[in-house]
Amino acid sequence: MIPDSIEILLMLMLTAASCSLLGVFLVLKKMALLSDAIGHVLLLGIVLAYFVTGDLQSIFLVIGAALSGLLLVALVEWLARSRLVKEDAAIGLAFPALFALGILLASLYCSHTHLDIDRVFFGIPELAPLQRVIIGVYDVGMFSRWLMTGVVVLNAAFIILFFKELKLATFDAALAATLGFYPVVLHYALLGLVSLTAVAAFEAVGPVLVVGFMIVPPATAYLLTDRLHRMVVYSVCIGAVGSAIGAQVAQYFDVNIAGTVATVLGIQFALAFIFAPQHGRVVQIRQRLRQRREFFEQMLLIHLLQHEGTPEQEEESRVAGLHEHLRRSPREVARIVKSITRKNLAIISGTSLDLTLMGREQAQRVIGVASSSDGLPSTTATG
Amino acid sequence: MFSFFDNPTLISVALGTALLGAVSGALGSFAVLRRQSLLGDALSHAALPGIALAFLFFGNSPLLFLVGAALAGWVATLLVALIVRHSRVPFDSALGGSLAVFFGFGLVLMTYIRKHNINHASSVGLERYLYGQAATMLDSDLRAIAILGGLALVILALLWKEMKLLSFDPEYAASLGYPIRGLDTLLTALLVVAIVIGLQCVGVVLMSALIVAPAAAARQWSNRLGRMVLIAAGFGAASGVIGTVLSDQLSAPGRIVPTGPTIVLAAIGFVIVSFLWRSLRTRISRRALREEQPA
Repeated sequence: MIPDSIEILLMLMLTAASCSLLGVFLVLKKMALLSDAIGHVLLLGIVLAYFVTGDLQSIFLVIGAALSGLLLVALVEWLARSRLVKEDAAIGLAFPALFALGILLASLYCSHTHLDIDRVFFGIPELAPLQRVIIGVYDVGMFSRWLMTGVVVLNAAFIILFFKELKLATFDAALAATLGFYPVVLHYALLGLVSLTAVAAFEAVGPVLVVGFMIVPPATAYLLTDRLHRMVVYSVCIGAVGSAIGAQVAQYFDVNIAGTVATVLGIQFALAFIFAPQHGRVVQIRQRLRQRREFFEQMLLIHLLQHEGTPEQEEESRVAGLHEHLRRSPREVARIVKSITRKNLAIISGTSLDLTLMGREQAQRVIGVASSSDGLPSTTATG
Repeated sequence: MFSFFDNPTLISVALGTALLGAVSGALGSFAVLRRQSLLGDALSHAALPGIALAFLFFGNSPLLFLVGAALAGWVATLLVALIVRHSRVPFDSALGGSLAVFFGFGLVLMTYIRKHNINHASSVGLERYLYGQAATMLDSDLRAIAILGGLALVILALLWKEMKLLSFDPEYAASLGYPIRGLDTLLTALLVVAIVIGLQCVGVVLMSALIVAPAAAARQWSNRLGRMVLIAAGFGAASGVIGTVLSDQLSAPGRIVPTGPTIVLAAIGFVIVSFLWRSLRTRISRRALREEQPA
């Protein structure tokens, strides 16, 4: 028999994996907020299905709630098309409305059952091990873990089988439609799975945090790679690692597990946002600084070239006076002069900076490019 | 309903929620017109860690809760803007992601506070900020709503012309030399105020609906901004009163029905009636047009 903490960890990792698998396509198709929508409406679906079945562990409850999520998406799309309100307002109206109804019903009729309000809001994975699947006399593990395993397998199968179709529908829906791939069918199949996954994840993470599990790992992976299949793999890994760390931290501080995992996922995104190899802020800023430096170097070379052989040459190429002609700070100029001389594009002779053969060639090449493209020799560098 | 006028607490609570509904209805009109309905969603979810942090550091002080909530909401909107500007993550993912992460962090802090009973948390009842419990409103809370909400409405009235221009034609406003960035920030700040004062009565999860619903309903009744704002404020105030009374009537000993859902459902009731009215009216006018044409 596996200890509870391991089982909770396993369940969280499965939840994160199944959410991220679908989240990739939600992020890329700009439908992230539909997962918010579905997460919220499930509460109503679960409460209503609970009234009918009277059992929190029924598979019919899962399916019924998943169908309610799908219905809601159709409702919102219809509301937005009716043009009574804009799309953002349609989302902003429909979900809280049904969520409010769900809370009201839960607080009216379910306060004495397992479906209490706290559960409904946060998701309490700590309680999940209490519900076991018993086959004969053998206890084969907790209900949620088996449910999540099934969902992961289903989602993975869907994505692997329809990878090509999903890819096409995500990046060029019009072409997919022309080629006869039925993007609408695929759209609803995807949202149906999102709905099913959200119901299964409901117990572990609650309605609000499902959004975090679906959106944040794929958004993080989106910063790390340009290829779709890598993005899928990365986001599953990111989700699983985040849940593992989150579960440990939460057990150490004795706080809400799902919330901690969401926080860890957020931190992972922040790290990727800052340090990602290609799309990270650090790299972007360094790239911009390098471009600025290169541009300035070229400007300096052209400046020297323009005044070569003219009477003002001595004054214009005086090292100590360069910053006035180029309208930059002396420190910046000193740095550029150093890098230019190191690259052997110019040499300091006495007080003035003179172009070398290589430097002159490079400056002429830059002017050549500039004058052939817009017909004007660059004169901006002269001071 | 019979006990309504015999119950002074209920009257003052209803007054508070009515005021709140009016303020959020009026400011929500601008959010809906500027297609920022979902900003309210992000702002209100993000307020949770702000409240928890304020409680953690300063103890039980509702005014500081408001400040903490407003700051956290503001930070969240800044982060969304930062992510959208500097990466390729689309707006909706940035919004949904930050909303969930902030809310999750808020839950972590709330459970930490509750488990360790910091600053006697169990007696303060921080939970009311989650689902909204207007019945716990004190006179000091009522005063805070009146002062902050009144202030927001006064600022809106003073800058009416500028806000109108900003909502419908920001480029033109900029070309006339209005500081549209400043006005934009101010309008968002007013929205934050409306959300923050509503947290206690409606809760972080449902507050965004109180911003959107009265405005979306009012939009169906008028094409003029002034009238729309007034109607939205009226719908908001009515939802506040109806929701409070409903929650009071449904609550029984041992069963507390939070006010958040009832207020929001009352507002949604107005939305449904307004949508039906609008559809009916277009149908009638279309038929009238058809009957005129053959002649």
